[in-house]
Amino acid sequence: MNFSELFKQTNQLCRLSPDGKYLATCVQYRLVVRDVNTLQILHLYTCLDQVLHMEWSSDSLFILCAMYKRGLVQVWSLEQPDWHCKIDEGSIGLVSSRWSPDGRHVLNTTEFHLRVTVWSLCNKSVSYIKYPKACQKGMDFSADGRYMALAERRECKDYISVFVCDDWHLLRHFETETQDLAGVEWSPNGCVLAVWDTCLEYKVLLYSLDGRLLSTYSAYEWSLGIKTIAWSPSSQFLAISSYDEKVRILNHITWKKIAEFEHPANISSTKVVYREVEKCPVVVSEDLSSSQITVSSSLFNTQMLKPDPDRANPKVGVSLLAFSANSRYLATKNDNMPNNVWVWDMQKGGLQAVLEQTGPVRCFAWDPRRPRLALCTGNTKLYLWSPAGCVSVKVPVEGCFQVLSLLWHCSGDSLILLGKEQLCLCYMETEDAPKP
Amino acid sequence: MPESSQENMDGPYNSYRLTPLLRRYTQSTNFYSPLKAFCTDENMAECISFLNEEMSLLGFPLLCPESGASRGLDVVALLNSMHALVQQHRQVLRTVENLETEQLRAASDMEYQQLSHARLKEQFELAKRENGRLQERERQLHMNIKSLQNCIKNEKEEVQKLQNIRASRAAHYSHDKKRKEREYQKLKEHLNQVLVDRKDKKQAIEILNCVGRSDGKRSQWKTRKSESRHESEMYKILLNELENRQKELMTENAELRKVLQQMKKEMVGILGPKRSSLGEPRCERSADQESASEGEGDCDPGQKAIEVSCEHAREELTNSIRQQWRKIKHHVEKLDCQVSLVQVVQVESEAASNETNDQEMGRLKLEVQQCKEFIHTQQQLLQQQLISPCEEETASLLKDCYVLEEKERFKEQRRIFEEQRKNFASERQNFTEAAIRLGHERKMFEEDRATWLKHHFLNLTFTDHVTHIPKSPGLPAEYVEPDPKTLLSPVTFSDAGSVKSSATADFHQALLPQSRF
Repeated sequence: MNFSELFKQTNQLCRLSPDGKYLATCVQYRLVVRDVNTLQILHLYTCLDQVLHMEWSSDSLFILCAMYKRGLVQVWSLEQPDWHCKIDEGSIGLVSSRWSPDGRHVLNTTEFHLRVTVWSLCNKSVSYIKYPKACQKGMDFSADGRYMALAERRECKDYISVFVCDDWHLLRHFETETQDLAGVEWSPNGCVLAVWDTCLEYKVLLYSLDGRLLSTYSAYEWSLGIKTIAWSPSSQFLAISSYDEKVRILNHITWKKIAEFEHPANISSTKVVYREVEKCPVVVSEDLSSSQITVSSSLFNTQMLKPDPDRANPKVGVSLLAFSANSRYLATKNDNMPNNVWVWDMQKGGLQAVLEQTGPVRCFAWDPRRPRLALCTGNTKLYLWSPAGCVSVKVPVEGCFQVLSLLWHCSGDSLILLGKEQLCLCYMETEDAPKP
Repeated sequence: MPESSQENMDGPYNSYRLTPLLRRYTQSTNFYSPLKAFCTDENMAECISFLNEEMSLLGFPLLCPESGASRGLDVVALLNSMHALVQQHRQVLRTVENLETEQLRAASDMEYQQLSHARLKEQFELAKRENGRLQERERQLHMNIKSLQNCIKNEKEEVQKLQNIRASRAAHYSHDKKRKEREYQKLKEHLNQVLVDRKDKKQAIEILNCVGRSDGKRSQWKTRKSESRHESEMYKILLNELENRQKELMTENAELRKVLQQMKKEMVGILGPKRSSLGEPRCERSADQESASEGEGDCDPGQKAIEVSCEHAREELTNSIRQQWRKIKHHVEKLDCQVSLVQVVQVESEAASNETNDQEMGRLKLEVQQCKEFIHTQQQLLQQQLISPCEEETASLLKDCYVLEEKERFKEQRRIFEEQRKNFASERQNFTEAAIRLGHERKMFEEDRATWLKHHFLNLTFTDHVTHIPKSPGLPAEYVEPDPKTLLSPVTFSDAGSVKSSATADFHQALLPQSRF
């Protein structure tokens, strides 16, 4: 494993281009584009205000920089650095901005979710979509980029509009049987749309592409419901995580629950627990040794956090869900035990491993190619898990670099580690020739 | 008297009671005080009459007859009555003794009874108290139960009440929420209107130049045609997906069916031969095979045709597999029972044979140990011999002297052996010489005999008519008798034999003409 030096960044704004060649970071007002392998600065753009959101277009030719405070969006071109584009939303304000899948339209959501403005870079035209819903995830594009699902609310009822991204033609518009729709998500094969209700009611609705209701699933009533959902990349499974600290898996044929994963505080000793043990600080710094991870199969007893019941959004339940690229593994994090990451094996339908860290897990992400999970807990170490084992690596940089979040490169050969004000690249060892 | 004495219990009555009767009696009766003498010289007659009266009252014969003038005592009667009195007295004493012992016994019994009575009374008191306590506790528990039941009832009521409240509040809040949402929507619309109408800060886009579409095509107008195209595209996507899924499911189904078929075949295979060995009726097996072949027959055309429609075959297949599986299960259970039985028997026999085994093992181990020790000692000795290099000379000398002994022994033996050999050789030589001599002598002898016979015959023929042959059988005896010397040397035997045979041949020839005559 090789680590690059530190580079500056602000607001955790660091994105890799979809083709994997470039790395774009924002430092205050500036947008810096580097080559991923050499980390040399290729382009440097200056924006008008502090960038709060930055996104690559799907063809890696353009970068969008959104400045919500001023209601501005600037688009930069990689091919032609002189080219510029500025979208001003005016007094109507800007809350969120994103690319369309074809990379030629910018969708801006105005303040108070008054409307969604679709700006076209091809012909400077504008389209408006009214009544978008302000919820956890109100807009989702299908994986092939053809369709967009948008949650709307009119007259106290929830609707979903399916648009064809080609020309923003409204394909379908139907009402959903939800009380207060919280989010929509397309399945990776683009044929099924999963819709889930507010956390006050546990309900998942599955709609086909043409708007037919395929199935409804509700695990229980009267308790806090769904926190988030995740599709497996093969579209076979839909994982639903809820406030009752369980993850339920639905299968795509019958849309019935096939597995229920619990996150108890004590588990039997047949499972493998990777426990990070806090050792006394050693004077000599350890570079890349796999230290301090002990494998134990003893009774796993972890501390549970009791959330404050009076406050909203209690830190209860499974909040993070992620499938591995081959759909074999599912990584979950239960907010009651924020130091632990649970890895489930979908083939066996059971627990594969539990990773117990010394601090609360901040972020984890699967390698896009292999079943390898990288996670960080806000300290100076990077943790990697794979079915073969677990390794912890201290980031060998001067100063205090706390890993707050991480991103994988699309090839799975390198990781971007984001700290508070800095970022660092980590190149993994590949079986091929070593990287220069 | 008894009353007064009872008043003061500690007084003389107690002591009176305690002293044994006998003593009292003896005290009162045996005390003969001369002062209290009953009879004196003066009142003898009165005494006699008094005693007479007493005796008659008591049923004894009179001391002196009443109608007697003389005052003389009937001594006999007196003695008799005295004796009787003494006897009576003795008897009375005995009864008194008995009564006393009885009284003691009764007294002790009484004491014992009183003690036990007291004890039982105590126990009874305790039991009563315990009972009271338990009853009290029971009562308390009943009270507890009642109160808890009340609590439960209250709680249930409260829960119900809260649920009702919650439901009503939920309805109220949802109503409120809807109202607020409508307000909010109105505000949003208003805001939208206001912001759109504002001229100062308008939305605008500034692009240096328009960018071409990513796919290079030109954008198209929105027409009905395009709409329908979109629809058709969408349906195409859905259909593709469904078809893919169906294909996958079909292949999975086919695979699973194959697996089931195989399983069935194997199950039939397992059950087939076994069942014949178990001695079950053949008809079942044939029926089984029939069903198996039926199932196979069904599925072969089924595989060729579309299997989805062949529900009958599917059902049959699953049913037959279930049947087979049940049979196998029964069979395996039976086997398990048998095995467990056999194991039990084996364990018992093993226990017996184990003992003999153990004994033998012990013996063998001992033998092995002994052999090992022996080998060890031998090794040690050998090593000692080999390892002692410092005394080479003496060792070699020692070796030599050992060898010397042996050498001398061998020499001696060899000498003896050589002597014997020589002796044998010389003897042999002698014998051969003797045999040769013998041969010669025999030859000579035969020749002599032949000539003698010739002469004799010639003589006989001349004097034949005159005299009989006296002892012809004697002659053969002499000739036929073997010579002991010829037996020793086999070399000359054949010569002697040949000589003899020629001699006998001559003799026979000689005899023949004899017999003619």
